[in-house]
Amino acid sequence: MMDFIGIGFEDELFKDVPEEVRCHLPLPKGMSEKDVTREIERILAKNSHAGEVPSFLGVGCYDHYVPAAVDHVISRSEFYTSYTPYQPEMSQGMLQALFEYQSHICELTGLDAANCSMYDGATALGEAARMCARLNDGNVFLAPRAMTREKVSVLRNYLIGTGVELELYGWDEDGGVDLDDVERRITDGVCGLYAETPNLFGVIDARVPLLRGMTDAPLVVGVNPIALALMRAPGDMGADIVVGDGQCLGSPMNYGGPGLGLFACRQEHVRKMPGRVIGLTEDSRGEQAFCMTLQTREQHIRRGRATSNICTNVALVAVAAAVFLSYHGRDGLIELAKENINRARRLMDLISDIDNVQSPVFDNHHFNEFAVELPVKPEKINCILAKRGFQGGLPLSAHVPEMGDCMLLATTEMHDDEVQDHFVSMLREVL
Amino acid sequence: MRPDRRLIMERIDADAYPDVSGYMPKGMERGSLHLPKVNESELLRHYIALSRDNFGTDSGPYPLGSCTMKHNPKYADRLASQPSVGRMHHHMDEDHAQGSLEIMKRMEMALSEISGMDAISLQPSAGAHGEYAAMLIVKAYHASRGEERDEVIVPDSAHGTNPASAAMAGYKLVEIPSGEDGCVDLDALEAALSDRTAALMLTNPNTLGIFERRVKELAAMVHGRGALLYYDGANLNAIMGKTSPGAMGFDLVHFNLHKTFATPHGGGGPGSGPVGVKSFLEDFLPIPRIAEDADGMTLDWARPKSIGKVNGAMGNFAIILRAYAYILRQGGDGLKECSERAVLNSNYLKKRLENHYDVPFADPRKHEFVASAKNLKKEKGVRALDVAKRMIDHGIHPPTIYFPALVEEALMIEPTEDETMESLDRIADVMISIAEEDPATVLAAPHSAPVGRVDESKAVKDAVLSYRRMLSLREGSR
Repeated sequence: MMDFIGIGFEDELFKDVPEEVRCHLPLPKGMSEKDVTREIERILAKNSHAGEVPSFLGVGCYDHYVPAAVDHVISRSEFYTSYTPYQPEMSQGMLQALFEYQSHICELTGLDAANCSMYDGATALGEAARMCARLNDGNVFLAPRAMTREKVSVLRNYLIGTGVELELYGWDEDGGVDLDDVERRITDGVCGLYAETPNLFGVIDARVPLLRGMTDAPLVVGVNPIALALMRAPGDMGADIVVGDGQCLGSPMNYGGPGLGLFACRQEHVRKMPGRVIGLTEDSRGEQAFCMTLQTREQHIRRGRATSNICTNVALVAVAAAVFLSYHGRDGLIELAKENINRARRLMDLISDIDNVQSPVFDNHHFNEFAVELPVKPEKINCILAKRGFQGGLPLSAHVPEMGDCMLLATTEMHDDEVQDHFVSMLREVL
Repeated sequence: MRPDRRLIMERIDADAYPDVSGYMPKGMERGSLHLPKVNESELLRHYIALSRDNFGTDSGPYPLGSCTMKHNPKYADRLASQPSVGRMHHHMDEDHAQGSLEIMKRMEMALSEISGMDAISLQPSAGAHGEYAAMLIVKAYHASRGEERDEVIVPDSAHGTNPASAAMAGYKLVEIPSGEDGCVDLDALEAALSDRTAALMLTNPNTLGIFERRVKELAAMVHGRGALLYYDGANLNAIMGKTSPGAMGFDLVHFNLHKTFATPHGGGGPGSGPVGVKSFLEDFLPIPRIAEDADGMTLDWARPKSIGKVNGAMGNFAIILRAYAYILRQGGDGLKECSERAVLNSNYLKKRLENHYDVPFADPRKHEFVASAKNLKKEKGVRALDVAKRMIDHGIHPPTIYFPALVEEALMIEPTEDETMESLDRIADVMISIAEEDPATVLAAPHSAPVGRVDESKAVKDAVLSYRRMLSLREGSR
């Protein structure tokens, strides 16, 4: 090859890299595949995963069972070693799988359009807020104060370039939206209104549909897609945009990433939406085919005027979600949602029997997580629980300081009666 | 249409939605849900049929320019599929996550060596996300000095994500043209620089595969005006072990772990886009930072100057782990050899093609080059798009087309280090045969793909993004 190119040694091809910028790479020598495997496994052995130490953490990232069929499909290397389907004739499989993903998300949310993924729920919300600023003139985005500090921070960071201010409203004594507080903050300057159901406290909030009547600005609703098997579709509540974390649909937690950001919107707004979308069309023979579409919204065409900078997304995680939803079907997903509610009800009842514990804090319907108020700092309890082989829930102090004595507990179908009973008896001992 | 290409939603459960009272508050109950009803065998047949209609790097050559479609090593995937990776929550007590944190800390150190940067955050989820994080850092840095700078300079050859990320962060864009040599025109840069310049975003080698030789001079110009120099790491695969963004004078950089460090592209993601900075910018990196002391790893949230969070968690750990495994496997010398072979392969393929396609700009190229179909278009009416579609018939994924825009009928070709000479010859032979072929055959391509040429403008006109929409249009037309 070098002869053909007309060079004597490989570094001749780097003659354009000036001496003044040359440097060496002081990393150790390479290792065999076997040694790499051993070394990484040695380090990973320092982890205590949820299979060893039952975990009660949630907030958008859940330990659900992943059916083997999901792993099998996304392990097909035709899918996972491909990239963005720029050439539709060579990528019909991925395109159709992603169109089916979009279709499932639209069905769950009750909207007609979805993109084929954002990075996670927090960035999907950030993008939704930016989309509101494109749809509407206002300069205030209203969102609940009951959000994790991570989500609030991401949202602020996504609004930086828009000139839109983030304003946060409170919650009522039942953990739902404080309608009076929202009412006070609604002005013509509001470009978008965001609410979650289930919300940070796991509460299925029956007040969210009432928000539609309070403003003409776009309504953004945050959801848990498994809860949507039982919950009214946000499209029917008048939502313009729906976002959420979709990791629960067939993906492991992976220490928080990759996640899956769900993003759906009304048909009339598709040309303002961010992210990749797959559209239905025909091929030269008039047969059904799919391709990436509305690309003039995107950075590779529109550059500085794109609706978002997103390019690489989490397509494979979206395919996992599509397979997960197809695997369960309607009845399977309903059963899974019911089981999660039942698990949470059982756990909150057991904990409510412990003295000096308020469980749940909010007297309301919950999905698979709920806040409990404890007589001891939740951080301290988590330390003790950790020594006894449990990963407790999320202390809320760093997120909503006025709930500093509260812990958010998530439970799923992965916690059987024995695990829950054991956890509750530990908690009782600790307290 | 082949029956196995039928949409899975066409196998819908026709039974009424079951009675599920008692689970939702009043007014929040659902009344219908249309999801497929299939058994596992049907499910697998459906998706396996779809996978056969798709093409990845395991299927054949994938010289998609700027995307670095390397082979994805299988040991990395196997390592990432264990419960000690998957069943970990990012809010776990640090004591439970010492393994994950150690992998991340080691990865930060490795990326620091590779890039010549002092501090790394693994948090951003993809390349463009890393760019955005970097723009937020630029913003926070200038604000901390009480300076109002509202412009970002971007060369016309830049990836589209660069101007999009800068604009998203609220910057005004100043685009500068490339010179006749394909590099940044330093006179144009001088004219564009001002006290309003916050940063220059640069890819080196650039998207034409050309190394910006005068990068030191350029860095001095940018720094002389108090602006920062940002490195788009998309083309890092060309220079490892030869030079680094740090050595070139860059202040901050993003990496694409899914390009340079061989993690799967997943049909469009997930990737991972860490951001690296020189020490004077470290305080602005996203939180939490991973701190190490005698007792192990902890998360440090108390960083008042930090830009905060760019995603809800800690970054794409499952991707970071794969990339770290790849770096261990290659080692420093191995990574340098990757860059050498990637550049050798690109120059070989370019040489094989240059008598058949116009290849503007002078040698040598780095890991990729841009050919042009403008002569083919003039002589035979065959455009870059047609060449691409005809390559599909030969089982080769087409190059990136129509980018960068400064090359007419662009075919941007990046073979990576993983193609053998035999495979490079096959790519060349196919592209040459297309240039010489009867144009009618090329214009009607592809001929042997699962579908004929796809009508992309109909998709735009109809904007049907879901089965729901498809059904409502079908009902509306009745």
